[in-house]
Amino acid sequence: MFRWFHKLASLKNFYRLAEILLPWLAAICAILLVVGLYRGLFVAPTDYEQGESYRIIYVHVPAAWMSMFVYVVMAFCSAIFLVWKMKLADIVAEVSAPIGAAFTFLALSTGSLWGKPMWGTWWEWDARLTSELILLFLYIGYMALRSAFDNRRTAAKAAAVLALVGVVNIPIIHFSVEWWNTLHQPASITKFDKPSIHISMLIPLLMMAVGFKLFYIVNMLSRARSVILEREANTAWVTERVKENRL
Amino acid sequence: MKEFFAMGGYAFYVWTSFGLTFMVMAIIALGTRLQRRRVVAAVTRRAQTESKPDAREPFRE
Repeated sequence: MFRWFHKLASLKNFYRLAEILLPWLAAICAILLVVGLYRGLFVAPTDYEQGESYRIIYVHVPAAWMSMFVYVVMAFCSAIFLVWKMKLADIVAEVSAPIGAAFTFLALSTGSLWGKPMWGTWWEWDARLTSELILLFLYIGYMALRSAFDNRRTAAKAAAVLALVGVVNIPIIHFSVEWWNTLHQPASITKFDKPSIHISMLIPLLMMAVGFKLFYIVNMLSRARSVILEREANTAWVTERVKENRL
Repeated sequence: MKEFFAMGGYAFYVWTSFGLTFMVMAIIALGTRLQRRRVVAAVTRRAQTESKPDAREPFRE
């Protein structure tokens, strides 16, 4: 187990592994997104309470889940980087931040577009919405902090600490609909109970959710490869790959 | 078909949400591609300059 971990941690091996995985993951991601979108827009029935407007769920919920998932990945990698100084973990955290920020922006804006017709307001300072907005600021703060230092090691360390401190916001977002009386509805899908939405609506939602997750993984892996290539430009294995014309 | 695009009167909210999501994800994917292209070009250029020593100092006599 530890040897496997150590091998993956080598930037060269990660570069190669990601190269092999990427086309497969991208293909599965594309299929899931296309089929999920089709089933969500055409096959899933109309909601008896919200009419057609509920279809926003197929982009809003996956984006909201991803906004938190990416942050947890970022915080986890930051911890690994701080404890073991593992370069790869820092690179994964670095390239994840803008993608996570984009998903957070999507969760907020599609939520707003859903809230207007259903709640009658674009925005409300309730616990769920406010904590999600704080998440967006955490992402932006993380990226700003990283770019504020000239020294890469200092930047990486400071940003990692910020990511770790900010992780307390994640359970707050998750439980906000239970702890406080919010305008936002409680979760429709939980691990322990039967989901409160019908299977024909649930299937496309899960397809979109997995599709979004793969979309993040594909972009994260590809961006990590680019950063590795840039940082390792002077090493023998990169030079060799350039010579063989297979970057 | 017309009924489908009308989304039961919620066309603006539904299509703006889906359109926005598509746009943001397209920007992410484009960013990934551009970064990759930029880095590959930089690394290749660097390798070429290093293999031709006179290219580094063009004015040497």
